[in-house]
Amino acid sequence: MALLEINDLHASVGEREILRGIDLTVNAGEVHAIMGPNGSGKSTLAGVLAGRELYHVTSGSVLYDGKDLLAMAPEDRAREGIFLAFQYPVEIPGVSNMYFLKAALNTIRKNKNLPELDAMDFLNLVREKMKLMEMEQALLNRPVNTGFSGGEKKRNEIFQMAVLEPKLAILDETDSGLDIDALRTVAGGVNALRSPERSMIVVTHYQRLLNYIVPDFVHVLSEGRIVKSGGKELALQLEESGYAGLGIVDEEEAVGKR
Amino acid sequence: MTAVAEQTGAWLAEFTAQKPAEPWLQELRNAAFQRFAELGFPTTKNEEWRFTNVAPIARTTFRVSAAGFAARFRGAEKIEAGGKCFDAARLAAEPNAFVALNAAFTDRPCVLRVPRGAVVEEPIEITYEIAAAGDRPAAVHPRILIVVEANAQCAIVERYSGEGRYLTNAVTEIVAGEGAVVDHYRVQQESREAYHISTLRATLGRSANFSSHSIALGGALVRNDANATLSEGSDATLNGLYIVNGKQHIDNHTEIDHAKPHGTSHEVYKGILDGQATAVFNGRIIVRKDAQKTDSKQTNKNLVLSDEAVIDTKPELQILADDVRCTHGATIGQLDEEALFYLQSRGIGKGEARSLLTYAFAQDILDRIKVPALKDQLEKALTEKLHEHGK
Repeated sequence: MALLEINDLHASVGEREILRGIDLTVNAGEVHAIMGPNGSGKSTLAGVLAGRELYHVTSGSVLYDGKDLLAMAPEDRAREGIFLAFQYPVEIPGVSNMYFLKAALNTIRKNKNLPELDAMDFLNLVREKMKLMEMEQALLNRPVNTGFSGGEKKRNEIFQMAVLEPKLAILDETDSGLDIDALRTVAGGVNALRSPERSMIVVTHYQRLLNYIVPDFVHVLSEGRIVKSGGKELALQLEESGYAGLGIVDEEEAVGKR
Repeated sequence: MTAVAEQTGAWLAEFTAQKPAEPWLQELRNAAFQRFAELGFPTTKNEEWRFTNVAPIARTTFRVSAAGFAARFRGAEKIEAGGKCFDAARLAAEPNAFVALNAAFTDRPCVLRVPRGAVVEEPIEITYEIAAAGDRPAAVHPRILIVVEANAQCAIVERYSGEGRYLTNAVTEIVAGEGAVVDHYRVQQESREAYHISTLRATLGRSANFSSHSIALGGALVRNDANATLSEGSDATLNGLYIVNGKQHIDNHTEIDHAKPHGTSHEVYKGILDGQATAVFNGRIIVRKDAQKTDSKQTNKNLVLSDEAVIDTKPELQILADDVRCTHGATIGQLDEEALFYLQSRGIGKGEARSLLTYAFAQDILDRIKVPALKDQLEKALTEKLHEHGK
């Protein structure tokens, strides 16, 4: 059985339809890259899977581990193993990173019928994961994402993923705003988390990230539909010919050429 | 009978039934009652009381009861009851009817003196706990005067709680001498049926450092006045946190009077409102003509969790000097939906996520509390109170 089965998914924001019939199947352990120009619906797809209220699913279905994903509250999706790495991680002043992550981990553990971790065990766990992400421990005591640099925020997302150990990780433009060193660190963290039990959906505009996180499958999204699917070589082809090579208008590139 | 006489009539009966005090005190009580009778209870036509209707208090016939309190202090020398706790001239011109009423019924004032240069390590704790009343609701009029002499240092914790319906009408005066350091905390956890009126007046000497922390969680109808008058180079901090739900009403009026140059003041009041609760914040800052080089900052932030809660917030700056820095700002907002989704996306339930964000909003006020045991206690009380909100 597939881990995730998306069938003819349509979703809107207000009156505007953004996803216009997405079909996608992700099996355990697979890494799928979703590429596409701005406005193609990449982030909407990521948001719908995580349960963002802004998007309204108008038709279609999503089965996750055999269950109706769309009927689940965002927190229940997380407890069942879905993790969204945010394109723009949210700053939450007044809530310490440590407190937040411990609360999150223990809720997820409780759902798996595992005992809650005490402060000591939790600290040992996060120390190990912080090393992986080359993060300073001081960040743990700071409020969630507050005053973090762009790179620190993205590393913090992957660090959380490492601690929460999801079954399905959705990375929403995790590469945006990163310099090459930060990109390597983040990609290194993601690669260390690849396993036969963990699937990933990597949403990106640029092929660059896929040099570091090599996908099993690449899908190209345009105007709310997957217009082309292939292996990792599809990403390279896009790099050579651009979205225009597939007959897709990339608003950003089009603007650039003007 | 005039309306004022109608209101004060019941109090007159209580006043005349009072056991006579020593001559000096009786004389002041008489003067105070006379002043109260002149003023009568304020109405909403009075700008100072525009959003707070005290009619429920004015209409109730209370039984005046001695303000029973437990005080715990080490290192502060307690002055005997003969210690004067009134300024007769000020009393005659008292603008606040409740302060006059308090003076008219003052029975056992808590008058303390921290001697020159003394550093009181343990906080001075003064606790009022009002027991459930019999036939008529009780009215207590606690009066506290604390004189902290030059270069002395202390922390004062006032706590208020009780059962059932009653009126607490408390007046606290703090006189901080030159270079004194005084931290004042008032923890108001009155019953949900209680009326709570409080007046805090602090007078700061040259280079004195004063902080006031008002944590208001209880009461049905609450009015707090917190005033500080600064001297040259003194520093005042007025912080407050009010958390109301149901039909609670709270009114915080503060006044910082920069009477002399080089004073600094910082003020942060934060409110969390739910249900049909109403709150008022009025922050007056006066910078007198002589008070050049004043630096003053005022902030009032409100988190409104329901559609029906109402907040009226008003900064009131009276600046007569020209070389000063005064900033003020007020915000009214809801919980951040993006932050809620972020927490939920990590497995934290919606209710818990709301509590967590609400708690976070209040956190910085609690962080400024320098008495560790009090901070712990309030963190627990806050968690409980927010849990009540979540229901």
